[in-house]
Amino acid sequence: MDAGSVNNSSTGKTRTRCPLQEQQLLQRKSSRENLDRFIPNRSAMDFDYAHYMLTEGRKDKENPAASSPSREAYRKQLAETFNMNRTRILAFKNKPPTPVEAIPNNFSAVQQPKTAKPRRHVLQTSERTLDAPDLVDDYYLNLLDWGSSNVLAIALGNTVYLWDATDGATSELVTLDDENGPVTSVKWAPDGRHIAIGLNNSDVQLWDSTANRQLRSLKGGHQSRVGSLDWNNHILTTGGMDGQIINSDVRVRSHIVETYRGHHQEVCGLKWSASGQQLASGGNDNLLHIWDRSTASSNSPTQWLHRLEDHTAAVKALAWCPFQGNLLASGGGGSDRCIKFWNTHTGACLNSIDTGSQVCALLWNKNERELLSSHGFTQNQLTLWKYPSMVKIAELTGHTSRVLFMAQSPDGCTIASAAGDETLRFWNVFGTPEVAKPAPKANSEPFARVNRIQNRCDSTSFRLFANPTAYINCSPGATFGLAIDTLDTEKLLQERRLGHEA
Amino acid sequence: MGSRTATKDIITLRGSAAIVSEFFGYSANSILYNRGVYPEESFTKVKKYGLPLLLTQDEGVKTFIANLTAQLSEWLESGKLQRVVLVIMSKATGEVLERWNFSIETDNEVLDKGVSREKSDKEIMREIQAIMRQIASSITYLPCLDEPCVFDVLAYTDTDVAVPFTWIESDPKLIANPQMVKLHSFDTKIHKVNTLVSYKNDEWDEQLAKISRSSSKKQSFSACLWRILQPTKIAIDSFTAQQ
Repeated sequence: MDAGSVNNSSTGKTRTRCPLQEQQLLQRKSSRENLDRFIPNRSAMDFDYAHYMLTEGRKDKENPAASSPSREAYRKQLAETFNMNRTRILAFKNKPPTPVEAIPNNFSAVQQPKTAKPRRHVLQTSERTLDAPDLVDDYYLNLLDWGSSNVLAIALGNTVYLWDATDGATSELVTLDDENGPVTSVKWAPDGRHIAIGLNNSDVQLWDSTANRQLRSLKGGHQSRVGSLDWNNHILTTGGMDGQIINSDVRVRSHIVETYRGHHQEVCGLKWSASGQQLASGGNDNLLHIWDRSTASSNSPTQWLHRLEDHTAAVKALAWCPFQGNLLASGGGGSDRCIKFWNTHTGACLNSIDTGSQVCALLWNKNERELLSSHGFTQNQLTLWKYPSMVKIAELTGHTSRVLFMAQSPDGCTIASAAGDETLRFWNVFGTPEVAKPAPKANSEPFARVNRIQNRCDSTSFRLFANPTAYINCSPGATFGLAIDTLDTEKLLQERRLGHEA
Repeated sequence: MGSRTATKDIITLRGSAAIVSEFFGYSANSILYNRGVYPEESFTKVKKYGLPLLLTQDEGVKTFIANLTAQLSEWLESGKLQRVVLVIMSKATGEVLERWNFSIETDNEVLDKGVSREKSDKEIMREIQAIMRQIASSITYLPCLDEPCVFDVLAYTDTDVAVPFTWIESDPKLIANPQMVKLHSFDTKIHKVNTLVSYKNDEWDEQLAKISRSSSKKQSFSACLWRILQPTKIAIDSFTAQQ
């Protein structure tokens, strides 16, 4: 009955298409009807029409029903949500006291703050220290990352080393020759198996850490070194010294999906928000940009959502808040020294704290409302802040040069920091995880003791690289498929051989 | 009182802001008492708007509300305040259970030109009284809050407002699929305040509605009503006595 009313209605968009098709159907019926018995007649069936009625026709029908109360409420709520762009929603920092039941109320006001939170002891010294020789002391690079499979990757000069946090084993992933190196950035893919390596020669390499094998080389995007990387599912975002930010889909052959042009100097900070919708980028031009994934892919590919010009030095340290989706913390370089907090929906600066020292890296505590920052001259310390009061909880000293990079273990509790003093230190800042911590306490041997894994080039891997259909096999629906650019195969293998001989 | 009704009262922006922020203070107290967010022993009875109302004696809550009304009246005077929302959340899970929504419309002419309006105190008081009565009676249809709850207040302001030192930006703390009930509004001729309460759908209610399609709400309430009514019975009695 409803279908009929749609077809007969003389108003709306359906009028031009729907009635015409129905007429055809009727004609066919009358001409080829078999009255004797039912024989399905494919030519008499109008599949286009049937499909239309099942999908499009219903959509049209739903539209007039917009006046239902639930729809009205939904619209109201939607309007309320979108209202955020026009209004600012504020709440007191100090929350009202929580009610205490079944306790005489006279003394509770004094006792409440103590009982509410047991104090956590923050170890002021590092848990262990590893040697990190040849670590490039360059503020604009990102040479340390801790993957979801609990393996830490660090680039020392031309070599990328992997340190397995579960058993403390060290292995070498790759050593590049001097033409391509040094390595300027490393970043684990979300799966904890694949790793992206940015190079001084503007290339980006993708490696499979379990097979110890290069999968792909992304070329032709940047003009100069790639100092910052971040993953958003299968999209690898790279920031170069040329000021460009490139989104590459690692599954497809022509990998460049989008290019964001907004920085005019080196991009040194790149972080996708947890939702994967917004990208924060910081540059040596003192700019902080927020890019929106959904608007970028439409008509204006280079337009930023917000351009934030409040920092007065390079913006490298970026961290998205794990408990409030639109909150970003950013830290400025030597002449700025500020940590700033942003509402990335409105672009409003929420707070700014002068730390008194260059801010090299920022990390949020995943369990508590705390932020950890790493600094340079004069103290080269790590500072733990309470958010939002920004009261200093602890200062962790030990490094003797600026603490360039920080990485957080998958359980969120242990922090690794690498500094210009060529040491890698581990700190238990964010408490112990709820389950017993499996990290071994024993031997703190120097990092230099490396058992090198032979980078063999056997026949099976050769076949895979040479197989011209390899990249077709990766379906776009797969969460993480890697494409292999067959044109690069020969060169790639050559590179690998050269690397071994050297 | 009788003499004041005869004279027409002039109301200024500052006066209106004071009335509205005071109203927020009393309505917040009233909601916290009626919804049982804080234990009933921590409240004492006062007379306001011609009604017996309950005010908290808990120092923490008292200072929180005092700071709140002070800041609200400042924003009201500059016309920057669009809405105030009192949110009641579960203490254990932080889930938002109720949102008491006071939206404010400010007369722009008063803001820009500094003119004043005329409306008698008594009339405004009568309108506020009606809202206060509705807040007290809202427990008849709101779902039971049978777990420990906490509250928070959100202020929706214009974007050009400088965030005061003691405030931070917040998310709207919306309820997923709310039921909404609109309450009375009041108007000082400068600020118009519309009140609306939205609350989480009671699952128990919905189930009952499926079983007996008609008047299921009344049935499901009755059990929970008696539990809540005990402490507030005196207050309601005296309300009806006033009428």
